[in-house]
Amino acid sequence: MSKCLIRNNIRKLRFNANEMTQQELADKTGVTRQTIVAIENGKYSPTLELAFRISLVFNCPLDEVFSYVPEEDSGTAYFKAN
Amino acid sequence: MYNREKQIIVSLITSILILGLYSLYVFNKYIEGNPDILNDFKFWGKAFLILIPVSVIAQIIIHIVFAIVNKITTNEDIPTISDERDKLIELRAIRISHWLFLCGFLLSMGSQAIGMLPGVMFITLISSGFVASFASEIARIYYYRKGF
Repeated sequence: MSKCLIRNNIRKLRFNANEMTQQELADKTGVTRQTIVAIENGKYSPTLELAFRISLVFNCPLDEVFSYVPEEDSGTAYFKAN
Repeated sequence: MYNREKQIIVSLITSILILGLYSLYVFNKYIEGNPDILNDFKFWGKAFLILIPVSVIAQIIIHIVFAIVNKITTNEDIPTISDERDKLIELRAIRISHWLFLCGFLLSMGSQAIGMLPGVMFITLISSGFVASFASEIARIYYYRKGF
């Protein structure tokens, strides 16, 4: 079974949301800033509940914030998606 | 370095200091002139019972001092919430610490099974408790830094 990677657009969405800071996003989602940093850097995959909370903050569907890319496809699929 | 990592390092240093100083105190006061006391169950019972509250109180005091110093120097508050990632890291660290302590416990029981002195059992228990706690803190720093 291949390793799965969850990619995210949080940095871009924060920028579009009037340069929302990591701390502001953390406060709105009820986690620490360190967790937001870890998610943004792809070091932590959030639970479904937190993922939904983040997407609610940006007022956009979940798949605009997170995308699921199996490792074997990560090289091509990621660039196709962006 | 994030506040959570600083907290862990403070906790790590505190545990080393507390156990080191307490061991030194007990050694100088009780063991130095009377090594046979190591095989006295009453001595070990008292030693364990005193170590636990001393350790808890010292940890609380040092963490309060750390929070004050951190606030003064960096103007940042220590995070009071523990989110899902913190809990997950905590669980992983506890798992490591439980396995290590279990190994220590088995070693201490093994020492009794092969007829070693009771002092060996208690020293193994204290050492394994310390190693387990140390490894747990190191694991937490590792998971916070590397991610999972």
